[in-house]
Amino acid sequence: MTDVKAQKPTIAAAPRKTVFQRFMRRVQNNFRLIIIAVPLVWLVLFFLAPFFIVAKISLAELAIASPPFTPMIEWLDGGVVTIRLVFDNFAYILNDSLYFDTYVNSLKISVTSTIICLLLGYPIAYAIVRSGPVAKPLLLFAIILPFWTSFLLRVYAWMGLLADQGTINNLLLRLGLIDEPIRMLYTEFAVYVGIVYTYMPFMILPLYANMEKLDGSLNEAAADLGSRPTNTFFRVTLPLTMPGIIAGSLLVFIPATGEYVIPDLLGGGNVQMIGRVLFNEFSSNSDWPVAAAVAIVLLFLLVIPIIIFQYFQGKASQDP
Amino acid sequence: MGAKLTETNAVSDTPWLNQDGQQPLVKIKGLTKKYGGWAAVDNIDLDIYEGELFCLLGGSGCGKSTLLRMLAGFETLNSGTITIDGVDMADVPAYERPTNMMFQSYALFPHMSVEKNIAFGLQQDRMPKSEIGDRVHEILKLVELENFKKRKPKQLSGGQRQRVALARALVKEPKLLLLDEPLAALDKKLRKQTQFELANIQDQVGVTFIVVTHDQEEAMTLATRMAVMDAGRFKQVGTPTEIYEFPNSRFVADFIGSANIFEGRVTENGADHVRVKTEIGEVFIDHGQSVNVDSKIWVALRPEKIHIVKSQDPASGPNQVSGEVDDIGYLGETSIYKVKLPSGHIVDVTAPNQTRPMNRTHRITWEDKVNISWEPSSAMLLTS
Amino acid sequence: MYSRRSRFLTIMLILGLAFFYIPMIMLVIYSFNDSKLVPVWGGWSVRWYQVLFESEEVWSAVALSLKIAFINATCATILGTMAGLAMVRFGRFRGRTLFGGLLVAPLVMPEVITGLSLLVMFIALNQLFGWPGERGFTTITIAHITFSLAYVAVTIQARLTGMGETLEEAAADLGAKPFKVLTAITLPRLTPALVSGWLLAFTLSLDDLVIASFVTGPGANTLPILIFSRIRTGLRPDINALATIIILAVAICISIAAILMFRQQRADMLDQQMAAREDT
Repeated sequence: MTDVKAQKPTIAAAPRKTVFQRFMRRVQNNFRLIIIAVPLVWLVLFFLAPFFIVAKISLAELAIASPPFTPMIEWLDGGVVTIRLVFDNFAYILNDSLYFDTYVNSLKISVTSTIICLLLGYPIAYAIVRSGPVAKPLLLFAIILPFWTSFLLRVYAWMGLLADQGTINNLLLRLGLIDEPIRMLYTEFAVYVGIVYTYMPFMILPLYANMEKLDGSLNEAAADLGSRPTNTFFRVTLPLTMPGIIAGSLLVFIPATGEYVIPDLLGGGNVQMIGRVLFNEFSSNSDWPVAAAVAIVLLFLLVIPIIIFQYFQGKASQDP
Repeated sequence: MGAKLTETNAVSDTPWLNQDGQQPLVKIKGLTKKYGGWAAVDNIDLDIYEGELFCLLGGSGCGKSTLLRMLAGFETLNSGTITIDGVDMADVPAYERPTNMMFQSYALFPHMSVEKNIAFGLQQDRMPKSEIGDRVHEILKLVELENFKKRKPKQLSGGQRQRVALARALVKEPKLLLLDEPLAALDKKLRKQTQFELANIQDQVGVTFIVVTHDQEEAMTLATRMAVMDAGRFKQVGTPTEIYEFPNSRFVADFIGSANIFEGRVTENGADHVRVKTEIGEVFIDHGQSVNVDSKIWVALRPEKIHIVKSQDPASGPNQVSGEVDDIGYLGETSIYKVKLPSGHIVDVTAPNQTRPMNRTHRITWEDKVNISWEPSSAMLLTS
Repeated sequence: MYSRRSRFLTIMLILGLAFFYIPMIMLVIYSFNDSKLVPVWGGWSVRWYQVLFESEEVWSAVALSLKIAFINATCATILGTMAGLAMVRFGRFRGRTLFGGLLVAPLVMPEVITGLSLLVMFIALNQLFGWPGERGFTTITIAHITFSLAYVAVTIQARLTGMGETLEEAAADLGAKPFKVLTAITLPRLTPALVSGWLLAFTLSLDDLVIASFVTGPGANTLPILIFSRIRTGLRPDINALATIIILAVAICISIAAILMFRQQRADMLDQQMAAREDT
């Protein structure tokens, strides 16, 4: 090895490095720092900091200005700084039954949809895990495929099915099962269908990943020890798939609570969900302070589920 | 440098004995590695000399792999020093150490061919291309893989992968080659054959090897010297013969091979003999050992060093005990007899099956009265 | 663990697949409907595809969406890979917990909150620094990168954890410096995860309506914004045609990817079987 080092040109004889080479040298020297800092700064700037601004706006008053709210810190004559924190927006939201009912309704819809997703998704995930080596990847593929197509268009597809003159009503009328169309589109029922339909893969995939890792011989061991399939399911399989159930449920529950598109397209004006109220407060009414306060309250409602989810994600990434 | 690969090693076979003539290649002093409060490696001292094939033997979790990884530079150390060829390794990162490692999983780069895998290390030294080619060719010849150089690792069998991993580590001509369970991934037959190949290659290239293994047979076959490790400490360091024939503790006697161990008290301590009164009777030992009369001591007997004969008469004389065969384990080449003594103790005795048992009956069989005996030099005295 | 699949499970599976696919199949069928009213069947026709192709508005929305998706996917893959490496390969460092939290939160954060907060951030930045100026292409791209990079990071983290560190250690042992280890070993081995991360980020960007609606400005209509504005008032046959084209494109891309992966797997299996026979 020593004679190899001797062949290296000395510093004086070294050709001048190009700008690129010098840049690469810098990158190599600060390798660790750059890799950590770049994405971290990005996330702090565009994900964390914005929440503080939202929090700040939620404590301001509506004003005719651009942007339409009062500043938090004001300079008065004589260099006196006043900090104005207005809690009116929160008081308004919590006292107004419209907002309160909307929060409750959002939670009701998202919890119910999560349970439906779980009840339907669990057997589907279990069926895929139990399929043969050829069918399994194909079935998994079939579950993931809709996820890659447009979310908006999948919701739109249900508009066509559920409309008064939609496919389902047409079919039922033609079969003579009903005399006049059932109203399905622009009802809460349609919102449930939409949420379950679009969020189902988020339930199935974590469940599948969890079940796939389970040792198949556990079921055989339970059977060998005299346990019937139903008993085995409740005593062995279900407890062991709890991490998948929790991950899947949170992946459905959290985004469903703040859902905007589905209540807007499938619920029309008849189903109030908080995501839709927030969007309208912001875009139609231009009441930014109230919109910000609505967002902050929603965040508080979801902060515990989000922390639970992060905890499980963190655990999953530590031990594969 | 290339010539070194085929040159035979001129260093003495037992460099650890004439220590004044030679500086140790690796000097480990007070090495400690803690995870939380638990010491994986606990205050270890060790000197390894050039040309040795040193084995670290121990059960899983004894700290042997951690020690190896500290030598390679993958684990930081809590205290102590590692010096390789006179250079303190404290601030030397893994990629600048004069060591190379053969990983248990082989860690072959799956996206590179055999040839590229082997050349990788040389490229890092910015060696001229033509020389890299020569060296790769030479090492491939050594491990007999010239015809496989264009293959990807996944197109190789287990044995071939093992040889690529060895070649990749050796081609850099490290001062010290670290091998982590080098043969564990091979099946038993291939493993036995490869043990000798590995020792031969080491002999040819003359590089110092440190091998971590949990397989005592492997350690005994390969090692010039070995260390028995337990709970982060060395229990004993020595040649395979020393460790097998002169274990220094009950742990080592029991860990390497098998041993019948009896507690006793020293009754007589002569210049050239020792008498010990044990649970199974008096044991006479004809090699002097400095033990105090009346001190508590253990006597260990290797099952293969005990003679067993059929007998109706009760035994007499030194190192003779009679008993009854309680159980027999037939292993083909040998049989294990479990002999129950009048005191209730069971002694394991192995004997080669030199004749073929006729009519499916053994020379000695269940419930036979037997005499067992051993040479005065066979019993081992253990003070701890 | 494949053994018998009970009848109940099979029925659930069939119903589930029907539930997933019937709406989309109907969507495709009605795109060939000649009638102006979507639910009323007026015979087969491709007239809505013609309407679609002649629409200037649709073309410019498609162009904008593809441009944003491409830049987003590339930047998010780079940033997400860095983040994944930092989380899995760098041990403990200050701010790691915060970093981990910031990487997971965008995955579940309701879009309305992310959208609103990004918008106020852009306004604040504009007031302070006069950047990013008019909202539109730049702001949408930044917003998309922010949540896409979290998805990429999860993909990369999973792959890195699964790969283990031994190969990187082996490279370092053979004398490769950290940067060289990254370029020679880690990144090549990450290629499948990088590709799927890029595709995921690309799709997420093409799919996003809510966040883009918040941070866009006048005139900058992405494809989802355009579709949404049209279907809010009811069914539109030209949107059925558009949906059919999108479903077809996705199905073709994914099928090609699946076939390639399947072939690779089979080749690997054959290689291994051949090699195993060579041991004496």
